[in-house]
Amino acid sequence: MYRKVTIDLQLIEDCGTHGLAQSAKFTDMLRLHLDIKVPVAARAIRGSLFALAILATTHHGSAQNTPLISGGAGFFTSTNGGMTTYLPIIEPLIAAPLGQHVLAESRAALLEIVSPNGSNQSGYDHSHFIGLTYLQGDYLASRHFTLVGGDYLIPFNTYNDRLSPIWIGNLQDGPLIASLGTFSSGSGLGGMLRGNAIESNKYSIDYACFYSVPSSNEQFIAQRGSGGRASVYLPNQRLEAGFSYDRLLQSTRENFFGAHVWWEPKDTAFRLRSEFGRGQHAQGYWVEADYRTQRFGGLDSAIGRIEPVFRMQQTFRIDAVASDGLPSMNTQRVDFGLNYSLPHNTRILTSYARQFSASGNQNIWETGIVYRFLVPAWKGKR
Amino acid sequence: MMNSKLGLCGVLVLVSVSAFAVGAQQGGAPVTAPTRTAADAKQPAQQQDEGQRVFQQHCSRCHAAPEGFSPRISGTIVRHMRVRASLSEHEEKELLRFFNP
Ligand code: HEC
Repeated sequence: MYRKVTIDLQLIEDCGTHGLAQSAKFTDMLRLHLDIKVPVAARAIRGSLFALAILATTHHGSAQNTPLISGGAGFFTSTNGGMTTYLPIIEPLIAAPLGQHVLAESRAALLEIVSPNGSNQSGYDHSHFIGLTYLQGDYLASRHFTLVGGDYLIPFNTYNDRLSPIWIGNLQDGPLIASLGTFSSGSGLGGMLRGNAIESNKYSIDYACFYSVPSSNEQFIAQRGSGGRASVYLPNQRLEAGFSYDRLLQSTRENFFGAHVWWEPKDTAFRLRSEFGRGQHAQGYWVEADYRTQRFGGLDSAIGRIEPVFRMQQTFRIDAVASDGLPSMNTQRVDFGLNYSLPHNTRILTSYARQFSASGNQNIWETGIVYRFLVPAWKGKR
Repeated sequence: MMNSKLGLCGVLVLVSVSAFAVGAQQGGAPVTAPTRTAADAKQPAQQQDEGQRVFQQHCSRCHAAPEGFSPRISGTIVRHMRVRASLSEHEEKELLRFFNP
């Protein structure tokens, strides 16, 4: 009766058939799967957050270690084939240091999807979702070892654990391959060890490896699997390259391979990010570039706040077993975005995407506004 | 079922809203974290302290730096990002000094 629903937030032609609540999965949709578990065990979340807050109050030592609440609140629209879907969403995060070496952190997502009824019916259908995206404790032993326990985001490639918060992503939609290697829910339940393996002035090597147990608890649905990521960062060149691998250790026992390259040339506000992912049944890649000019009065000038974004991606089916969330046909897609960073942590995202595949070409227009918030969890003296 | 979800929704929204209010009310100058600017990066190496170096090398890799935040959460932010940016304890201290000069 309880189950976790992976939703992405772009409507595609075949999900014009409302009934979001019934469908377990929407591929090709806008943001990467938010891990939404429906229905939410309200008590579980409230309990965890409350316990976290109590622990933090009793433990927080220095004045700089007040627990924080941050995250993003946004309103997005996506128009595809003349049908517009609206998505108000809030993603709050709480992070609370406990003692000298521990940090508890958790992110939730609350959203409402308002989508047209499709099939020539008029009117709109509403569905709302709410759920914990992750809830983890980190023990920071040293820079080389951080032990993470709980429900954590799977460190496969970079989108899932770095770019998925709404206030971070440059485009509303996650990449088409975002579901590869992330075990359909995006999160694992169990342990993860991560940190820096080697560091010198010229380069540093980071790693993350995890083991997840299966769980059908509605808040922490996870599959048995393990894997990890290793990456090299060259701080002078601002270049990062990494590999990911993981393996599902239950039912289909699939292997996933990933590679990423990020480059942010020094002294520029240009960023290039790319990923390749390969699963048993499909593979694909994406390359994204974004830029803000500093030539006309710096990044905070009217012109410096404009941010053009471009993303190119392709997915390829290896066979017809579509268990991985990638499109059922080979797909190519280009996204052109134009973002604007308003003062006060608010950002406007607009984009146009053209998607090509044998099942039909699509135009996708998107707009959104995201507010990023960051405050202490409670009022303090100074 | 719907009701419990709605209720929870309400609780979380309330928590967030009150947090905003609290955040907005509190006194004390917010820390202004420099955003990624080329001007900063072009300063001669000697003038950069260690914290600034760490900030520039690591803190705009994944997201834009925040425009400002209360000094009361600077330690929490740095600890949170230590996990993601794999900073050493030393770098954590330097970064804190940079945020709270
Ligand atoms: C490897 C990627 C990465 C790096 C490097 C990184 N961050 Fe983050 N940062 C994130 C992600 C991802 C989040 C959002 C966490 C979430 O929502 O789960 C975040 C959130 C934040 C937030 C919001 C409050 C919070 O703690 O969640 C602040 C402030 C922040 N980062 C500052 C920094 C600073 C300062 C540095 C430099 C030490 C830094 N970041 C380096 C990925 C990164």
